[in-house]
Amino acid sequence: MQAVVLAAVVPTTTYYLVLSAALFGIGATGLLVRRNPLIMFMCIELMLNAVNVTFVALAVRFGNIDGQTAVFFVLVVAAAEVVVGLGIIISILRRRPGATADDLAELKG
Amino acid sequence: MDFVVFILASAMVIAGALGVVLRPNPVHAALSLVLTLFGVAVHFVALGAHFLAAVQVIVYAGAIVVLFLFVIMLLGVDKAEDLSIEPFPIQRPLAAVVGAGVSGLLVAAIVGAKDTIPEGTPLGADGDQNIRALARNLFSDHVFAFEFTSVLLIVAVAGTVLLTRKEKKGSA
Repeated sequence: MQAVVLAAVVPTTTYYLVLSAALFGIGATGLLVRRNPLIMFMCIELMLNAVNVTFVALAVRFGNIDGQTAVFFVLVVAAAEVVVGLGIIISILRRRPGATADDLAELKG
Repeated sequence: MDFVVFILASAMVIAGALGVVLRPNPVHAALSLVLTLFGVAVHFVALGAHFLAAVQVIVYAGAIVVLFLFVIMLLGVDKAEDLSIEPFPIQRPLAAVVGAGVSGLLVAAIVGAKDTIPEGTPLGADGDQNIRALARNLFSDHVFAFEFTSVLLIVAVAGTVLLTRKEKKGSA
C-alpha cells in the first residue's frame, strides 16, 4: 500500500529546487569549514552542480532549452576553472608541501 | 516510480556531498564527489536532459574527478587531515549557520514562489529530441559563445602549462 502511494507521487520542480538548495548549502558550508585547498575546490564543484540542477529543472518546467545550453557552458567553464585552479594548487604545494588555505594568506611566495 | 528514482538519486547526491565535506582523506572526498555527480546525472535523465546526463558523467566524473585524483597522487597529499584541529574556534558553528541560512532562505523563497511559476510546455522526454533541440539552440542562438569557449579552453591549457612549468636554472 505504501509503495503504491509513493509511486503515485510525481516529483515537481519544487522538489528539485529544494534539493539543489540543500546541495548548495552543503557546498558552501564545506568551502568555509575545510582548509585543504583541494577539498575547497571540490566544494565549489558541489555548488556548481546545485546550480546546474536548478537550470535543468526550470528549463524543463518552462519548456525552454536555453537553460540546458547554459548548463553546457557551465560545464565547459568548470572544466577550464578546474584546470587552472589545480595548476595553481600544484605550483603552491610544490613550493610548500602540506600548505592549508590558512598558510596562504599572503601573496608573497 | 518517478518519485522512487528521485528519492534514491537525491540520497546519492546528499550522501556524496556530505562525504566531500566530512571525509578527512582527500581521496575519499574525491570518490564521494563521484557519487554526487552520478546522482545529479540520474536527475538529469529523470528530467529528460539526456545529453547533459552523458556529458555530466563523461566530463565531470570522467575528467574532472580524475584530474583531482591525479593531483592528489602527484603531490602525495593523500594523508588524512586531522579534522579535530580548529584554527578559529568559532569558524565551524559560524559556517554551519551560514550554510543552513543560505539553504533555509533559498527553500523559503522556493516554497513561497511555488505557485507563481507559470506552467510552460514541458520539453519532450525523448532522448533524440532533446539532443536535436539542444544542438539547434547551441549552434544558432549561442554559436558565438560556443566558439568562444574554445578560446577559453586554449587559454586555460596554455596558462596551466605555463603555471606548472618548472623553471630551468639559468633562464630568467
